[in-house]
Amino acid sequence: MIGAGHAGLAMTKCLADLGIEHVVLERGVVANSWKTERWESLRLLTPNWQSRLPGYGYSGDDPDGFRSMPETIAFIEGYARAITAPIIEDAEVTRVRAADDGYEIVSRGGDFVCRVLVIASGSCNLPRLPKVAEDLPGSIRSLSAMQYLRPADIEDGGVLVVGASASGTQIAWELQKAGRNVLMAVGEHVRAPRTYRGRDLYWWMDQAGMMDERYDMVDDLVRARTHPSLQLTGSDDRMTLDLNALGDIGVRFTGRLAGIVGATGQFSGSLRNVCALSDLKMNRLLDQIDQWAAAADLGDLPSPHRLDPTRVEDDPPLLIDLEKERVRTVVWATGFRPDYSWLEVDAVDHKGRLKHDGGVVEAPGLYLMGQQFLRRRKSSLIDGGGEDARDLSNLIASYLDDSARSGSRRTGGATAK
Amino acid sequence: MGIAEANVNNGVNTEALLNAREALSNAPEAAQFKWRATTTWQNGTHSRTDVQGFFGLGQEQAHKSEFTFVADHPEVFASEDNGATPAEILLAALGSCLTAGVAAVAQHRDIQLNRVKATVEGSMDIRGILGVDSDVRNGFGGIRVHYEIDADASEDDIKALVAQSQKRSAVFDALTNPTNVHVEVSRVGS
Repeated sequence: MIGAGHAGLAMTKCLADLGIEHVVLERGVVANSWKTERWESLRLLTPNWQSRLPGYGYSGDDPDGFRSMPETIAFIEGYARAITAPIIEDAEVTRVRAADDGYEIVSRGGDFVCRVLVIASGSCNLPRLPKVAEDLPGSIRSLSAMQYLRPADIEDGGVLVVGASASGTQIAWELQKAGRNVLMAVGEHVRAPRTYRGRDLYWWMDQAGMMDERYDMVDDLVRARTHPSLQLTGSDDRMTLDLNALGDIGVRFTGRLAGIVGATGQFSGSLRNVCALSDLKMNRLLDQIDQWAAAADLGDLPSPHRLDPTRVEDDPPLLIDLEKERVRTVVWATGFRPDYSWLEVDAVDHKGRLKHDGGVVEAPGLYLMGQQFLRRRKSSLIDGGGEDARDLSNLIASYLDDSARSGSRRTGGATAK
Repeated sequence: MGIAEANVNNGVNTEALLNAREALSNAPEAAQFKWRATTTWQNGTHSRTDVQGFFGLGQEQAHKSEFTFVADHPEVFASEDNGATPAEILLAALGSCLTAGVAAVAQHRDIQLNRVKATVEGSMDIRGILGVDSDVRNGFGGIRVHYEIDADASEDDIKALVAQSQKRSAVFDALTNPTNVHVEVSRVGS
């Protein structure tokens, strides 16, 4: 297996329970991405209770709180210790090739052969920058959400935050609060209230079964897998961090960044529509919750209500001279993508995505974990790792048994070369 | 799949569209289209534009017949008013593109449309095109589209049709985002 984050750890637990011999190669240390590739103030978007992993979960006294990064790291490290996972750290995988009966792995921790390979190296390895990022003048600093750490590192003056999903809204909020003048380029996003009718949004989605919706039941799986993250933040006051909250503290909005010519940013005239789409989508989600709540007989609950429509200017600017506006920094909060540059197996599509059916990759003995809507809506969350790992570990066991019957070795494990 | 229930018919073959999307998602080459128009000057501001052939699905294609668009300017511009202004034709393109999208999305969502009417208005300060003030742009200052829709659906579901149509509209995209336009000239004749 590659990767010792929550998904890899959930899988190692399930494989161990089935008696399948394996090792986990980790490029750095357990919970590496959380330690090295996240901004300082980030907190998990899911409440503490919603981190149920096989044989592990939250045991503190604040189930509705949101973990800080150190707390998230400690949680995942605690899981690795609790299940005594067979992890080899500092073993970055540099090459994977198909072999006669499985895969050959070259890593900085040694070379291995295995019958089955599970890729659990994460879905956010690289920033997904739009092509227009190449046209930013050199005089303006360019940072991805993975490089951004804290407001103090950002020069005084203007900041253009590109992207209005969870990363963009959170970074915009703290930069504006720290005295920067934030301009946000808003493309498609999914607005969501942190709490609704007295409960966390994720509580509703979890209870109503939405998080368990299976990948083979959704209408448009490609879309479900590429959908932007819910516009949520985890904070003590459980605030809803939407464009209205950002507007209230002075953040200005434009449409999607469509082009840069010289120092002039060109912004799409579609701002009102992306906000309308987002409001309508949010209201459909709340309608679903209300319907479920009415049928579930939950006792006394606050009445259904709707948030005010997103407030944006009637005629937001279409052309902005970034230098004249004293924009010194652009933060690209435009999403992330996995890195499979080390994978020399013919299972990657023209968009750089692994071709798979619910985590069973289109290459024998290759499996995938920890991706958006891998097998169910919650697959991208820590909370989704458990059920995906249970399903896939059972499929792995069957695969190994089938190939054992056809004459190969019975153990599934990795062997050092 | 969103194949329409028997009682919803907006005249859109959703199944064919979804099949095309499925087929083209793995064949990006076949998805490369070129739309063409040929404009011939008549006299003054009067021109005629013919549309017949286009390229797509890997080969030359043709409309069932040739379509013609006549453009001119009105008499207040001291023209003969033989046709709509090019700016109005652009509004027509936007309205028809969005409306086609409304029908396609409605069919996909099993919503019966009874009546759909879009009123498109583009505001323009003509000091731009007349060269009176170089700070005034030539193009539209803004465009407003107002839809009146009678459909068997809730108000929010109807709003969602129009929102989704904008999201997938070629002309809405062309008007709201910049496009590189290359104009070349060949000298012909004697």
